[in-house]
Amino acid sequence: MSKGRFGKHGGQYIPETLMNAVMELEEAYEKYKDDPEFVRELTDMLNDYAGRPSRLYYAERMTEDLGGAKVYLKREDLNHTGAHKINNVIGQMLLAKRMGKTRVIAETGAGQHGVATATVAAMMGMECEIFMGKEDIERQALNVYRMKLLGAKVHSVTSGTGTLKDAVSETMREWTKRIEDTHYVLGSVMGPHPFPTIVRDFQAVISKEIKEQMLEKEGRLPDVVMACVGGGSNAIGTFYHFIEDEGVRLIGCEAAGRGIHTKETAATINVGKLGIFHGMKSYFCQDEYGQIAPVYSISAGLDYPGIGPEHADLYDRGRAEYVAITDDEAVEAFEYLAKVEGIIPAIESSHAVAYARKIVPTLPKDQIVVVTISGRGDKDVAAIARYRGENLYE
Amino acid sequence: MNKKIQKAFQNGKAFIPFITAGDPSLEVTEQLVYEMETAGADLIELGIPFSDPTAEGPVIQAANIRALSGGVTTDKVFEMVERIRKKSQVPLVFMTYANVVFSYGIERFVKRSAEVGMDGLILPDIPYEEKEEFDEVCRKYGLDLISLIAPTSHDRIRMVAKEAQGFVYCVSSLGVTGTRSEITTDVDAMVKLVKEVSDIPVAVGFGISNPETAKKMAEVSDGAIVGSAIVKLCAKYGEDCVGPVGDFVREMKMAIG
Repeated sequence: MSKGRFGKHGGQYIPETLMNAVMELEEAYEKYKDDPEFVRELTDMLNDYAGRPSRLYYAERMTEDLGGAKVYLKREDLNHTGAHKINNVIGQMLLAKRMGKTRVIAETGAGQHGVATATVAAMMGMECEIFMGKEDIERQALNVYRMKLLGAKVHSVTSGTGTLKDAVSETMREWTKRIEDTHYVLGSVMGPHPFPTIVRDFQAVISKEIKEQMLEKEGRLPDVVMACVGGGSNAIGTFYHFIEDEGVRLIGCEAAGRGIHTKETAATINVGKLGIFHGMKSYFCQDEYGQIAPVYSISAGLDYPGIGPEHADLYDRGRAEYVAITDDEAVEAFEYLAKVEGIIPAIESSHAVAYARKIVPTLPKDQIVVVTISGRGDKDVAAIARYRGENLYE
Repeated sequence: MNKKIQKAFQNGKAFIPFITAGDPSLEVTEQLVYEMETAGADLIELGIPFSDPTAEGPVIQAANIRALSGGVTTDKVFEMVERIRKKSQVPLVFMTYANVVFSYGIERFVKRSAEVGMDGLILPDIPYEEKEEFDEVCRKYGLDLISLIAPTSHDRIRMVAKEAQGFVYCVSSLGVTGTRSEITTDVDAMVKLVKEVSDIPVAVGFGISNPETAKKMAEVSDGAIVGSAIVKLCAKYGEDCVGPVGDFVREMKMAIG
């Protein structure tokens, strides 16, 4: 009966009120995903509007500095709106339009998915409402204003911990109130089926391009591909076309916050256990009675107590590794990439950069590591300054 | 089918109040159960609090937080039900979220529920497609896993009703739990679809807050479920809520007859 399984994970654990909506979405997706007209429109928008393909950049100074494997950066930060999020948003919005929806709603953590949704909604002339935790609205003021500029209504979510998980809960509640004309543009590879599959397919363009670009530049596959993981959309996008290539190591970098031995962490694979929440069976940070933990990370985008079901399964199967990176390590990596390569990565992506700094020196020089820079770090500059004890004023 | 749940629908239209266990305290919850039974409640829904109740509106969300902040755990709720069963045989069903049951161990949870004397279980985030894992265990221990239907269910209603146990929980309106000024859904039509395939009782919930709406909903179904309106009284009167809640339940049961 149950659909959308990745091993024991996934499924559709949602209120009955939403069942027909997710089934309608699944039908639409099955109908259009291979439709030549849909594929053409998606490709055109990804290329002409979002600026794809994104660059695969050889980080020569970083490679020299680390003294090990050769480092390439997949530059999702160069996409329109500054992150990988737009890949999925364009796909889902094209679907929503074909389903006759005129209004979209979305959750956002760091604000990147909210900005991408507001952007494409503006471009397509759709009504847009974004739900964002109160804490995150304070942490990411710049993105909040960007969404408003783009014509979206931003709702401050005060329930729970006022972060990403609460924004997801509130967007789900909003969807149950108004389904007929509304599509929920879920921003990560999570939630009920078919979202983990749809979002993964739209983000898989990242690994498709890495593969092509790598074959062109190096004539071979990389040895390691890595990305940061919250819900896990840029990571699954980075992994997807390499899953069958057993020789390629897949590494997801979770947010350890103040450390996985503290309560202030969001490293789900490292500290979570199997559970059912937000529409899916997967790993979640929770207490012994199944109460969802109030997780923490400096990065609003990784500050989520769960992980997408396909990642949970890749972990179970031993196909992908998941490591934990602390706030301190991420901030150092943020500053490092700025100084060494002239690229300011998002604090989310900095978690992947931080792990690259750890493993690249241990790998032989003839190996190749690809690090996905999921977003750019302009939005984080003020927060990093604060972290370093400096207050910025406009 | 659980016999006590069937009996709950044999005393005219059923009135089914919901309270969150441990709001404001487990001691008061216990007193509320006795008082509501005396006041005419035919079946009582006991909410086991969950940190992130995605099907609830602000009123019940706040009750969940109050209960959890007060230190309520699943084990403490079981102990409270054990105490209640020494004094009262009113039909009781748990209403909680899948993760509360799953993390406890589905079999361990259901077995313990049956041992302490619970009659059923409502999990709003377990739709028809995911119910098997829970339903099998519930049947084994004689607990009814309650199925929900919603205004968006349409052609799913017959499918859900065919396999439903205990009673069918008819969600009256779109959205989350909470009081509403009116209910515009054609609840009558939903109930009729259920009755086409099953003689299982149907109780209507979501948005019912006054005797008039309760009466209207009960007229087209077998009972009315009221949550937020009662939880609001618990929030307002705190430790002193037992009297006001009793009065409210009496008024509602009178209205639906």
